[in-house]
Amino acid sequence: MSYKFDFAFLADKWPDFVAGAWLTVELTVASIALGFVLGTVCALARVYGGPVLRRLVGIYVETIRNTPLLIQIFIVYFGLSSLGLKLSAEVSAIVALTVNMGAYTTEIMRAGIQSIQRTQLEAADCLGLTRLQTILHVVLLPAMERVYPALSSQFVLLMLASSITSQISAEELTATANLVQSDTYRSFEVYMIVAVVYLALSALYRLALWAIGLVLFERRRRLGTPL
Amino acid sequence: MIQLSANHVLYLVEAARWTILLSLIAFVGGALVGLPLALMRVARSRLLRGLASAYIQLIQGTPLLIVLFLSYFGLGIVGFKLDPLVAAGLSLTIYAAAFLAEIWRGCIEAVPKTQWEASDCLGLNAFQQYAYVILPQAVRIATPPTVGFMVQIVKNTSLASVIGFVELARAGQIVNNSTFEPFAIFAIVGAIYFAICYPLSLASRHLERKAHAGRS
Repeated sequence: MSYKFDFAFLADKWPDFVAGAWLTVELTVASIALGFVLGTVCALARVYGGPVLRRLVGIYVETIRNTPLLIQIFIVYFGLSSLGLKLSAEVSAIVALTVNMGAYTTEIMRAGIQSIQRTQLEAADCLGLTRLQTILHVVLLPAMERVYPALSSQFVLLMLASSITSQISAEELTATANLVQSDTYRSFEVYMIVAVVYLALSALYRLALWAIGLVLFERRRRLGTPL
Repeated sequence: MIQLSANHVLYLVEAARWTILLSLIAFVGGALVGLPLALMRVARSRLLRGLASAYIQLIQGTPLLIVLFLSYFGLGIVGFKLDPLVAAGLSLTIYAAAFLAEIWRGCIEAVPKTQWEASDCLGLNAFQQYAYVILPQAVRIATPPTVGFMVQIVKNTSLASVIGFVELARAGQIVNNSTFEPFAIFAIVGAIYFAICYPLSLASRHLERKAHAGRS
């Protein structure tokens, strides 16, 4: 093998990689936040809703979890625009990633909510908490604490999956890599760099999620142990 | 413009065979590499554990799409030109091995410690311990999550479309290029994926329930 590695293109191209990585962060933080809210609402509906609502949420979750993200992105970007709803690549990416994230969050949060014992709800009732207070303080926060590890890994997986949005020309990290490699013909080097950037991003996301966990869950902070 | 017809749908269903073939390659390859990795993860030697764990962290922290680009475009430019099917099969194997190893490690560790101690007391050697005591029990714990992970493999074969391998997702793009009805076509493509994945999801849930029948 006589191939010589050459990273010289980095001298002019590094701002492109930074911009791409930044868009990846923007896209994924937006869709993680929106998807988490969507998923939590759906999980509440799944556990406490009426039969019709429960069924609808079930259909949503199963449809999304059993079809590839690539196809979901195509339906949002190409499909909706052919029906007259034209969204930019970035907005389509956020919509598709949010809908995807929402389905996985629903399943994870449902497990958490179902692990809250009935007696907790009865105790909250006895203490005279309102319905909203009960849901927030007695159901959601402890439920989230229990499933937080699963939730965090799902968030990191979504960040990695966001690379698929390069296929609808959202100019995030992977799309940047595709552009740079077609400019420089240095595909091996380019994709190696991008792999390293993704590794660094996943480490960063894990760190950030760990810190958020410490802030959110007092018990974990004080005792150093998960619930 | 060409109208979307039954022939197009038939073409998509035929392309799904390649999706299934690629999924099988990825699953078999992933299992062959993943099982040794899982055993390395629980090995006594710190070096073996470290190596396996480094591999898993590396692959689980990189998007599959980048692994795919590296093995198709990257290796191509370095001088190993791979066929799209080979590149996709290789990347999916690398990906599946990392996840299966981690799933199976959990299952091996879930076998109660007393089983190790008892087999030690009976004088079984390491191979006998794994072959006759630990793995048969771990397999039972591992079946539901493994079937569940097969759904991920099937869905991720759609990424092979990006390097031009004509499986279901790529076939959808090809049909779309001639008929320009993306909503209908990708809905059909999605439905075919659903038809492959949903039975697997149901099977996984059923096995899970059966495994926990004694509990709760």
